[in-house]
Amino acid sequence: MLVLLLLWEVAARLRWMDSFIFSQPSRILRTYAGMAGEDLLYHVQVTVTETLAGFLLGAAAGVLLAVVLWWSPFVAKVSEPYLVVLNSLPKIALGPVIIILAGAGTRAIVFMALAISLVVTVLEMLSGFRDTDPGALKMARTFGATKGQIFRKIVLPYNIPTLFDSLKVNIGLSLVGVIAGEFLVSRAGLGYLIVYGGQVFKMDLVMASVIILAVVAALLYEGVALAQKLVAKRFGHS
Amino acid sequence: MAVLSVEGVRKAYQTPAGETVALRDITFSMERGDFFSLVGPSGCGKSTLLSIIAGTMSPTAGQVVVAGEPVTGPNPHIGYMLQQDNLLEWRTVRQNVLFGLEVRHDLTPETRERADHLLETYGLSEFANSRPSQLSGGMRQRVALIRTLAVNPDILLLDEAFSALDYQTRMEVTEDVYRIIRRERVTTLMVTHDIPESICMGDRVLILSPRPAVIRQALPITFDLPVRSPARCRGLPAFASYFDYIWKELGMDETHEDAVGSLAGESPVSAADQAP
Repeated sequence: MLVLLLLWEVAARLRWMDSFIFSQPSRILRTYAGMAGEDLLYHVQVTVTETLAGFLLGAAAGVLLAVVLWWSPFVAKVSEPYLVVLNSLPKIALGPVIIILAGAGTRAIVFMALAISLVVTVLEMLSGFRDTDPGALKMARTFGATKGQIFRKIVLPYNIPTLFDSLKVNIGLSLVGVIAGEFLVSRAGLGYLIVYGGQVFKMDLVMASVIILAVVAALLYEGVALAQKLVAKRFGHS
Repeated sequence: MAVLSVEGVRKAYQTPAGETVALRDITFSMERGDFFSLVGPSGCGKSTLLSIIAGTMSPTAGQVVVAGEPVTGPNPHIGYMLQQDNLLEWRTVRQNVLFGLEVRHDLTPETRERADHLLETYGLSEFANSRPSQLSGGMRQRVALIRTLAVNPDILLLDEAFSALDYQTRMEVTEDVYRIIRRERVTTLMVTHDIPESICMGDRVLILSPRPAVIRQALPITFDLPVRSPARCRGLPAFASYFDYIWKELGMDETHEDAVGSLAGESPVSAADQAP
């Protein structure tokens, strides 16, 4: 890592590569210093808030929809073809529709994050619900368990690992949605900084934002992983 | 009064080719504390019969009466133990044992105490707070049995409950389970494909014919032992003669062989019997 940074700096200084396009570590550092404090933090905070909102909404709505589909095989049968198509459709293409629906602002951005993570969650959770150990289901039925009991006591706890696998993918997807949303409409956030930097050819700013974005992405992922560990400890899943 | 009575039960399935009759006419009854084994060629409908008694499947004709009430669905009189222990890994051993009571909304201080008492009696109290994965195969099966007994059923149905275990564990578990069942005086009906197991555990062995199944014989099993246990039975001369007898009974006679010739592949017991 250090070697790489050093190499980058040296390459830029000796004009092996164009520091205008690729920037260089020292200039990125200067950019940070320039924006120091509130300005940078503000943009990070905007992006993180939007991502978390989209992520939580997507997870909640996704799990809820999966429950409905699990509960009613008829609804599942009718809606599955649409879900599969929606799943392969690049949700960013819906950008303009979303902007008109939700207005050009934070709401549209959160909506974008939601749209991107929702369908994946539904499909993944539904397949998890359906893959629940048939032996455990049969055992519950021998005690006369109702469908609701079977869901609460068998299907849901059985799928806690599935839920977290899906959350881990979703946190990244939500971030993609938020950045895409910020590219389209926004006055703030890391996506805004990147687009703005590109438009005024301040590549230092673009690079600086991308690096911060990477750090944010890693931290969000680790957050989910940590939550998983805590829950696993509580419920004895490995 | 009989705890369980099965009256003229018939079960037929509709298939594109027509009607397949799995059970033709099954009638028998059990008194409190009886232990019956149920054997028959594979595919003859043993498990179907058990499902009907448990109320998870309804018969085409006839009825099952448990403790004086006709069975119309899953009911609290019956405890059903399956081949797999199906312990839930996210619950502790104690929570697993309480599962049935929870589902039946029957968690009271008394039932909890009873469950704890069962765990203690059968040497599992020190594992009450362990996860199922920390137990051996035999102990897991014992926990599954206690889970079934915790709801205090009048009748216990064992559906090939030991066939997923390796030989040694199986011997050990049969011994344990036999002791537990006798001590708790639960009326038990056990389906098995293992003839020795049916002899050494049952008071009576119900022998089913190939499909469409009827009860070919209800063979009483008696051993001249002061204290009966499965392992002790296995060594006796009477055991070998019971074995030979059931083995022959399970073999299809000529008429059946013609009738179900195309199904011969499904009946390894009889196929083996024909071999020299």
